[in-house]
Amino acid sequence: SEASLVRLYRRFRDLDRNKKGYLCRTDLRQIGALAVNPLGDRIIESFFTDGSYSVDFSGFVRVLAHFRPVDDEELQDPKAPEPLNSRMNKLRFAFQLYDLDRDGKISRHEMLQVLRLMVGVQVTEEQLESITDRTVQEADEDGDGAVSFLEFVKSLEKMDIEQKMSIRILK
Amino acid sequence: MFLLLPFDSLIVNLLGISLTVLFTLLLVFIIVPAIFGVSFGIRKLYMKTLLKIFAWATLRMERGAKEKNHQLYKPYTNGIIAKDPTSLEEEIKEIRRSGSSKALDNSAEFELSDIFYFCRKGMETIMDDEVTKRFSAEELESWNLLSRTNYNFQYISLRLTVLWGLGVLIRYCFLLPLRIALAFTGISLLVVGTTVVGYLPNGRFKEFLSKHVHLMCYRICVRALTAIITYHDRKNRPRNGGICVANHTSPIDVIILASDGYYAMVGQVHGGLMGVIQRAMVKACPHIWFERSEVKDRHLVAKRLTEHVQDKSKLPILIFPEGTCINNTSVMMFKKGSFEIGATVYPVAIKYDPQFGDAFWNSSKYGMVTYLLRMMTSWAIVCSVWYLPPMTRETDEDAVQFANRVKSAIARQGGLVDLLWDGGLKREKVKDTFKEEQQKLYSKMIAGNHEDRSRS
Repeated sequence: SEASLVRLYRRFRDLDRNKKGYLCRTDLRQIGALAVNPLGDRIIESFFTDGSYSVDFSGFVRVLAHFRPVDDEELQDPKAPEPLNSRMNKLRFAFQLYDLDRDGKISRHEMLQVLRLMVGVQVTEEQLESITDRTVQEADEDGDGAVSFLEFVKSLEKMDIEQKMSIRILK
Repeated sequence: MFLLLPFDSLIVNLLGISLTVLFTLLLVFIIVPAIFGVSFGIRKLYMKTLLKIFAWATLRMERGAKEKNHQLYKPYTNGIIAKDPTSLEEEIKEIRRSGSSKALDNSAEFELSDIFYFCRKGMETIMDDEVTKRFSAEELESWNLLSRTNYNFQYISLRLTVLWGLGVLIRYCFLLPLRIALAFTGISLLVVGTTVVGYLPNGRFKEFLSKHVHLMCYRICVRALTAIITYHDRKNRPRNGGICVANHTSPIDVIILASDGYYAMVGQVHGGLMGVIQRAMVKACPHIWFERSEVKDRHLVAKRLTEHVQDKSKLPILIFPEGTCINNTSVMMFKKGSFEIGATVYPVAIKYDPQFGDAFWNSSKYGMVTYLLRMMTSWAIVCSVWYLPPMTRETDEDAVQFANRVKSAIARQGGLVDLLWDGGLKREKVKDTFKEEQQKLYSKMIAGNHEDRSRS
């Protein structure tokens, strides 16, 4: 809605410290609560597509649009492109956080990396490896040792993604 | 033709005389009470009238907006997004429960879905976090006829615009010169007065004079800003040998506190006008001014402060432990330096009412001179000062805990949000230790359960 866009625009301007008109990685890293989030860096990366150094307001909003709550009353027009906050797109966004090299699969190595980010130095290498192996085994159906996007979707089919990956903006 | 000339000069003369008389009257009305510390109550009346006008103005704006069917930008104070205040563990458990088909009596080690928690939390902070919004001026509920606070600046009605124009005229042409004159008087009196007192021999008389010169000049400065201050609990005012601690919103805090009590100031030595004022003040009574190089040396700072505090004849020190200006909606982490000294701490809470003029100094946006000009062209600066009962460090507390205790007391009294974040985040990055804490919490969930499993 228009009011929410105005709010997001002011937020964009507040984050843009040097009034450059766009955000760069350092601007986002300055947010204290984001810097303590173990996946903070990955989340920041998701804003900068194709290795660019800046994100403007439309890019900013496009990423945040993934988190718009799903509106049941919206009529699904089969010919229109899928809205950004659909279930599939939300899942695709989360998949991106795992799949760094964007090859469409989460390899065992990538899974290990994400886990390492989330636990830091608190867990030993062996424990982490066994956790990774188990997870990949559970989700991997075609036995190629990696979790593809479809396998990812299937393992989460019961989850209420729409609610868990949505942020509601107050009026 | 000839008649006009003397007539002209007569008018000019009359105008000149009447203006001078007006100004002198005003100055007398304001400076004389300042010297004796009395008040006529003119400012309170002014405040009440303004409030009525503001309420009317907001009503007009809302009505106007409804007629034209515009959307009014309503400021929010509680954050943009709806947040659930649940902990990391609860959230992750709930995610797993809703996604998993297996019956879980004990949480599993790790699921692909755990990532959703961090992802969403991260996005939430990007949209709205507690710290960044503390470094910009507070948003107002109703308009106060200053274009700087109006986010809906569109033409609503003729009457409103006329009122606003009148306000601009009054503020810039009448109040501003008056205030500048007062400020000038105040500062020059301070410099001259303290230098003169400095020539007297040390003794009771010098102390007495020095105190009154200081108080008088600060009171004049207070009137120069049209600051309407309400003091609460004056019985708790700081005494000799103590440290006075307050939340920091702007450099004006110093003037506000010093006009009601006699303090020793702490600060860096500046050049220019500030330097002149600092040197003059030191002549009359001991203040603590640090050279720029000494500021970095924490032990030196602590030593000088301790020496001052232990001398009972010296005045209470005034310190702002946040280290930077915060926008008066919250109190950020107090630096522990002043709490390590071991003296009695007298906390003071200062809360400004932004309706009449927002006192927050956004140092990255405005320089000092621009800031002062903005202050002098606002309607008034209204604030409340609460003197809280003195606190001392308990035997089992360390400096950080003591600092947090004092901070909570100040936040509670002033109605401000108590944050654990460091005000230095304005310019620097956050330390990695906080990230490790989050990681610890999460790994306890995974690894801890792993141990349970291997045992069973």
